[in-house]
Amino acid sequence: MTIDTNTIREDFPILETKVNGKPLIYLDNAATTQKPQSVIDAISNYYTTYNSNIHRGTHHLSNLATEAHESARKKVQAYINAPHDHEIIFTRGTTEAINLVAFSFGEGFIHPGDEVIVTELEHHSNFVPWQMMCERRQAHFRVVPLDQNGDIQLKEFKKLLTDRTRIVAFNHVSNSLGTINPAGQIIQMAHEAGAAVLVDAAQSVQHIEHDVQALDADFYAFSGHKMYGPTGIGVLYGKEKWLDAMPPYQGGGEMIDQVSNTRTTYNKLPFKFEAGTPNIVGPIGLAAAIDYLNQFEFEDIMEHEDQVLAYGRDRLLEIDNLTLYGNPEHHSSILAFNINGVHHYDLGTLLDTQGVAVRTGHHCTQPIMTALGIDGTVRASLALYNTKHDIDALIQAIHKALKMLGK
Amino acid sequence: MPSINEIQNTIVEDFSFLPQWDERYAYLIELGQKMPALDSAFKTEVNIVRGCQSTVWLHRECRDGKVYLQAESDSLIVKGLAAILMQVLSDQPAEDVLNAKLSFFKKTGLDKHLSSQRANGLMAMIEQIKAFAAKCADGDAQ
Repeated sequence: MTIDTNTIREDFPILETKVNGKPLIYLDNAATTQKPQSVIDAISNYYTTYNSNIHRGTHHLSNLATEAHESARKKVQAYINAPHDHEIIFTRGTTEAINLVAFSFGEGFIHPGDEVIVTELEHHSNFVPWQMMCERRQAHFRVVPLDQNGDIQLKEFKKLLTDRTRIVAFNHVSNSLGTINPAGQIIQMAHEAGAAVLVDAAQSVQHIEHDVQALDADFYAFSGHKMYGPTGIGVLYGKEKWLDAMPPYQGGGEMIDQVSNTRTTYNKLPFKFEAGTPNIVGPIGLAAAIDYLNQFEFEDIMEHEDQVLAYGRDRLLEIDNLTLYGNPEHHSSILAFNINGVHHYDLGTLLDTQGVAVRTGHHCTQPIMTALGIDGTVRASLALYNTKHDIDALIQAIHKALKMLGK
Repeated sequence: MPSINEIQNTIVEDFSFLPQWDERYAYLIELGQKMPALDSAFKTEVNIVRGCQSTVWLHRECRDGKVYLQAESDSLIVKGLAAILMQVLSDQPAEDVLNAKLSFFKKTGLDKHLSSQRANGLMAMIEQIKAFAAKCADGDAQ
């Protein structure tokens, strides 16, 4: 099916909303995307017809719920082309997935004096957990710097890689600038140095290539709610060899094999990393979101989003005194900017009053803001259902805001 | 000097003449632009009230049981909000500032700025003013 935004927009009931009497122009998709009716229906249908606890129930509803939950795991496995479904761990989001690896990989493989590398381009959720782990394990925390275009400096990365580097963590797409990192190259360089790699795919899995085997990622983390699925569900993919060797993250029900007063043995993958009753409906909603995406050719999604992005860049650059942040070699879905003499909070507030939803501030990426010498940006971020018309509405609203601000 | 409630009533009345959102914001922005710049000597680290997105500098003085306030922000809208807050709470008896119920926010529709995820530091500014007024009323703030 080709991309026809008119019919796509009809699939997302919230896009009909009016804000302050104006049609909603939703450009905050990097924070969270809206949900198609099919996802809302899948969640509603679960609670209406087969809500039940899973995995150990003997009754009919429990079997239905277990089957739906586990078939969602297979759907995720297929979507990211993971070799095995037991390599798919459900978490509550990207943040928890990264914290899981930072903890369990840290406990298993990081020793005093070892090194961990992240980049300056990271969201705090792919930065702070590693800092915490390094403190706990007495390891060294290394940060690859950005260049002025918003690309990470591969030369510097190469210099930071040593025989003590145990793990490298980076995002495939930056939530602040939209930089597409050369993931394949980074992973290959890290592997050559003997380090494992975690890819934060929160901003990439819905926009660009997402094949974990092609990338050869050791760990790959993303969130359901940024890919048209529900909040509170995320995914950690990990290679079996690592997940098997890592100690559990949390203890409790589900993750055990045998428990006695003297010793506990753990369940097999993926359940070893899924303590307690999980978010049962989350994966069911996520599977519906994947079904929704799968009706399109992914190349068509990328092409459509790239067209709107390029149009957005051109239109924004027509505005006097506007600085667009990030001019990376490869760019996805994010338009980050400031206008000279205008505070981002003022612009964001005045856009909101006109029904245009953007995000302002540091976007949980203070190291990037420091590197760029600013304290925040206005960020418009795109999804499948955005159109050039949305960009036109944004531009018109910016002009009105500037007039009000006396610019 | 009119009381805190009298000033609040005037502000609510002023805003009632501005039914459209853009008029209200234009007025706020104008207030922000008109507010005298804070003396750079008062733009100290101690006076910073940090919001998630905008920064406010708040200078406090306590003289003869009264609270005197001056503020500035890097955001014009927040500066306008601060200007209104100064109108209401500055040059008032500390006791009154401490007990003030800031009803004008709700009545003018400006309350959305109080709830907006603490982004602008306005809520923190009110908390700090109240804390300062408590000290001033007890006679231990200068």
